[in-house]
Amino acid sequence: MTNTYAINPHATQPHAKDPTLVRWGLTGLALAALVMFIVLPLAAVFVQAFEKGWHVYRDAIVQPETVSAIELSLLAVGISVPMNVLFGLAAAWAITKFQFTGKNVLTTLIDIPFGVSPVISGLVWVLVFGVQGWFGPWLTGHDIAIIFAVPGIILATTFVTFPFVARELIALMESQGTEEEEAALVLGANTWQMFFRVTLPNIKWGLLYGVVLCTARALGEFGAVSVVSGHIRGQTNTLPLHVEILYNEYNYAGAFAVASLLSVLAVITLALKKFLEWKTAQP
Amino acid sequence: MSIEVQHVRKVFGTHEALKDVSLRIETGELMALLGPSGSGKTTLLRIIAGLELPDSGTVHLNNEDATRSTARDRRVGFVFQHYALFRHMTVFENIAFGLRVRPKSTRPSERDIRVRVLDLLKLIQLEWLGYRYPSQLSGGQRQRVALARALAVEPRVLLLDEPFGALDAKVRRELRQWLRRLHDDLHIASVFVTHDQEEALEVADRVAILSDGNIEQVGTPDHVYRHPANAFVEEFLRDVNPRRLAVE
Repeated sequence: MTNTYAINPHATQPHAKDPTLVRWGLTGLALAALVMFIVLPLAAVFVQAFEKGWHVYRDAIVQPETVSAIELSLLAVGISVPMNVLFGLAAAWAITKFQFTGKNVLTTLIDIPFGVSPVISGLVWVLVFGVQGWFGPWLTGHDIAIIFAVPGIILATTFVTFPFVARELIALMESQGTEEEEAALVLGANTWQMFFRVTLPNIKWGLLYGVVLCTARALGEFGAVSVVSGHIRGQTNTLPLHVEILYNEYNYAGAFAVASLLSVLAVITLALKKFLEWKTAQP
Repeated sequence: MSIEVQHVRKVFGTHEALKDVSLRIETGELMALLGPSGSGKTTLLRIIAGLELPDSGTVHLNNEDATRSTARDRRVGFVFQHYALFRHMTVFENIAFGLRVRPKSTRPSERDIRVRVLDLLKLIQLEWLGYRYPSQLSGGQRQRVALARALAVEPRVLLLDEPFGALDAKVRRELRQWLRRLHDDLHIASVFVTHDQEEALEVADRVAILSDGNIEQVGTPDHVYRHPANAFVEEFLRDVNPRRLAVE
């Protein structure tokens, strides 16, 4: 009988009787960690950025090299995110709505950019399109620059951010099944009507969620882009690369001013992400 | 409009879901496909609808070969087991869907679509729920919306996959009487899948009993109940007490 009581789950619920001290202690510890590892660094970015006053901050941001870095980052995002939306939709659609051989291989391939180090993600493009790479001689012969130029940055960004949209959609579409699509077909819809009237409205919040994550990562990507960029000021520097250059030149105010821009974007992303998570959870 | 299935065979991977199945359903007839789960009844229904292609054999609708035509071209009404209502559309838009996706040349005017949908809402006795979303309806209401949506395109045959499976006993009994009357008004061939012996014997004109990818027996409820063709049918119908047959 005593044994039965010992394994009774209701008999052992220590946290229900936790002394207040322990509860407050643990909460305090969690808060302290939060402040130390998240709030403090974030605050430091803004403090450093404005240390020399608003004018220095503004000057750092309107400097032509910074403006060009912002433009390049936005360009890379503006091309890689729509491409990943297309790839992601196509991949998720194929994987969740059809049966075919090699499906598992495809699902695994999509995850590769998550698995490899960003440096490798940059290097693969150098190996393919670099001067010593497979297509290097041909590209040089035709005067086309990919590595150490804007196309390379876009390629690397697209590669690194590839899984975000696809993974989000695969999970969502798998849970929704294919019955609504079948219903649409039986009711006489063609493939486009089925996609735009049934599938897309069902996945739109999940798709936006994937786009937000993808955009955040594309803006912040450092490693892969660093390998293919060549760090040519005013030409192939994205925002994160520009921060590094300014920092290495001891231009702390400038570096942190640009970093604060990225931080603001991160906070906006976070808010959007929360909102979309809440939206996707709606019936 | 008749349905004729001849020598249909369907394999999924290593599992033979249907082994040489033949069945004919006449216009005006309500046929039940009855069998335990895994017997191939849903696969047969999906093959008639064009949602699956048979590995061999043919499907004729109205005596025309429809084996290679798509689900879209077959003009069948299909009610899915879990209704498959479009969750982001209102009840009204769900029912109107089949009319709205028609090519411009055959699409009814907005006014005609409205009239048709309102008629169907009246038929399923849910006139006041047109602007609700599927998630706001009860199981029985969803079921009726799914039926109205299938009927909106004036299907030549009506196919129902476990139409009452997810409903509680009382709603189920009401709905199956309602389906029976509806079918009699429509003069089309209807087929429904069920694993409930009582339901099949009570509602259908004829019953096809399936087991392990084969049709074991086809006949009127009275006939299969009183003269089971083999040990499986006898065993499968043994404990049933169909009220329709009991009074006869």
